[in-house]
Amino acid sequence: MDATILGAAVINGLLLGGSYALVAVGLTLIYGVLHIINFAHGSMLMLAMYGVYFLLVKAQVDPYAAIPLMVVVMYAAGYGMYRALIGRFSHGKDENILLITLGLSIVLENIALFFFTGDSRNITVSYSDRMIELGPSLVPLPKLVSFGASLLLCAALAWFIARTDTGRAIRAVAKERHGARLVGIDVEKILAVSYGIGIACLGAAACLLVPMFYVAPTVGHLFVIVAFTIVVLGGMGSFLGALVGALLIGLTESLSGLFLGEALGQIGISLIFILILLFRPTGLFGGGR
Amino acid sequence: MSQPSHRLTRRGFIGAAAAAPVAFGVPTLLQAQARPIKVGLVHPITGFLAYSGGQCRMGAMMAIEEINAAGGIKSMGGAKLEALLGDNQAKPEVGVSVVEQMQEAGVSAYIGCFSSAVALPATQAAAKYNTPFVIDVGASDNIVNRGLRNVFRLKPGFNACVDDAIAGLGEINKAAGSAAKSAVLVHEESEFGTGTAKLLAGKLPSIGIEVREVMKHANPTRDFANLALRIRGLKPDLVVMSNYQNEYVLLARTLHQQKVDLAGMFSVLGGGFNYKFVKELPDVAQYMIDTNHWFDPTNARAQAMKKRVEAKGDLFTFEVYLAYNAVKFLADGMERAGSADKEKVNAALAASTWSDHFMPYGPTRMVNGQNTGGKAAILQASKTDIDVIWPTRFASTKAVFPKPRFS
Repeated sequence: MDATILGAAVINGLLLGGSYALVAVGLTLIYGVLHIINFAHGSMLMLAMYGVYFLLVKAQVDPYAAIPLMVVVMYAAGYGMYRALIGRFSHGKDENILLITLGLSIVLENIALFFFTGDSRNITVSYSDRMIELGPSLVPLPKLVSFGASLLLCAALAWFIARTDTGRAIRAVAKERHGARLVGIDVEKILAVSYGIGIACLGAAACLLVPMFYVAPTVGHLFVIVAFTIVVLGGMGSFLGALVGALLIGLTESLSGLFLGEALGQIGISLIFILILLFRPTGLFGGGR
Repeated sequence: MSQPSHRLTRRGFIGAAAAAPVAFGVPTLLQAQARPIKVGLVHPITGFLAYSGGQCRMGAMMAIEEINAAGGIKSMGGAKLEALLGDNQAKPEVGVSVVEQMQEAGVSAYIGCFSSAVALPATQAAAKYNTPFVIDVGASDNIVNRGLRNVFRLKPGFNACVDDAIAGLGEINKAAGSAAKSAVLVHEESEFGTGTAKLLAGKLPSIGIEVREVMKHANPTRDFANLALRIRGLKPDLVVMSNYQNEYVLLARTLHQQKVDLAGMFSVLGGGFNYKFVKELPDVAQYMIDTNHWFDPTNARAQAMKKRVEAKGDLFTFEVYLAYNAVKFLADGMERAGSADKEKVNAALAASTWSDHFMPYGPTRMVNGQNTGGKAAILQASKTDIDVIWPTRFASTKAVFPKPRFS
């Protein structure tokens, strides 16, 4: 194997992992606090991607410039969805939340199919095909930007959770819901805020993904299945875990694609998933529960 | 003395209008009017092939509306075609279930199924009832190779498309002084991609093109950067692709971004090669070559239909005109059969010499359900349009081959 190709594959894997981290970080936050896997995560990402697409096509808003708007809109959507649907109909049962998010994902996907049809859409922006020389490989600028942004996003979230009052309340609710209620924390509000932040991450992720990826009603599946694996690998609820897990998964996918062929590239991801479940079910950075 | 008024009041008119059918025996006339002929449209309206399924349905509906507006099937007393709309979800088992449901609803013929994977079991299910099934899109030759007497396909199949692609590419390459001497084949993992790549790998050497490697990828694939690296390492003159829409576009985009220098990018039934691709990613699409089903650009009716479709904001993709022509072919068979009797319609379709289409085909000639008069066209994208470059007699422009290099 040519060392140049190997080096380029490593760089590509890390950058790919950066894109995955964008999606995984919100998922891990929602899991960490609500203790449920958010099945609607992929569908919300898809909706956010359509939002970014239409902002560009209809209002000429550049995807990167749309980040603040999309983060706010998606936060509001997530918060509202929790308050209006998930919190109200779950009756405090985790399994109900699971079913509601699953139902939501089906409904959202079909609504998207109805309004946007099954057609996939691509955009061209001035920097879509701008390439940066990075060692042995040519890297598209959007991929590099999304990598940097995912590092920033993880750091910002970790800071927010560690240093702000809301962050402290989120940690309290995540650890001991009844205790948090006893010390005067509005648990329902914090759960909605956490869900909102998790979904807001998707707003940023969508802005970073659209310049390099197509938009279609089923696009969420592509990322969310990998994101589930990353969350399990990194440790459910850990931001650092989500980032490291995403980079490891990106690297695994890239290298197994290179050595085993693109058709078998996914095998590496599944193998890692099985090994983690067998030998370290709490994940790389997850504490025992 | 007052005269009785003969002025027709509004109330009187309504009353008279209501009584008229009874007085003049209109119910008898209604009974005599030909019963509509139910045509089942079995397409993927949801799922990962939803766009293509929707396009097929649009084309089929346009044909049905046109036939009905022109007086229906005249030999059957002007019987109108009535569409039964089905969604096969791109799943074989759902396709079979849709066929069975339509059978119970009294369907006379089917049009479908876009994907070969659904067409194979769906046509078999229809064969139990001997109901005519016209394939609009579906490339696998196994659809018509199983001896089912109710299955017909107007468009050329897999093997014929590959043969046309090889013949056309050979001529284009020869005209360019044999600019392409080697190729790498990239295909998706299902029957469509694997089958096409296998056929091409066997036939490319016959036109002087050596196959350096055949690369398979999964559906869906999120990233083609490594594959582009491997292709660059192999330094082929041609990359030959057979994949579905999303992977086709992503691979083309990656090769363009990675500035992999090639004489050309060539595909057979390339999933993403369409007007939308040219419109959305003109720099990527430019100079790409595809062998596909295409309308005859010199035919005025084809151009008029293209305008009608585009006026609605839709794209005139191959699904639209293949489904349209499939319905027209079926209607011609029913017209000649003079009855919706399945045996008679099957016999009429098998003996069809229909030529009132706008495809670059000759008259229809069915051999075991496959039209041997069909032909694929070779197309090339410019930054703004798609042109036919082969067969020469239908060509709207000359091929740009080899394409300009990045370096």
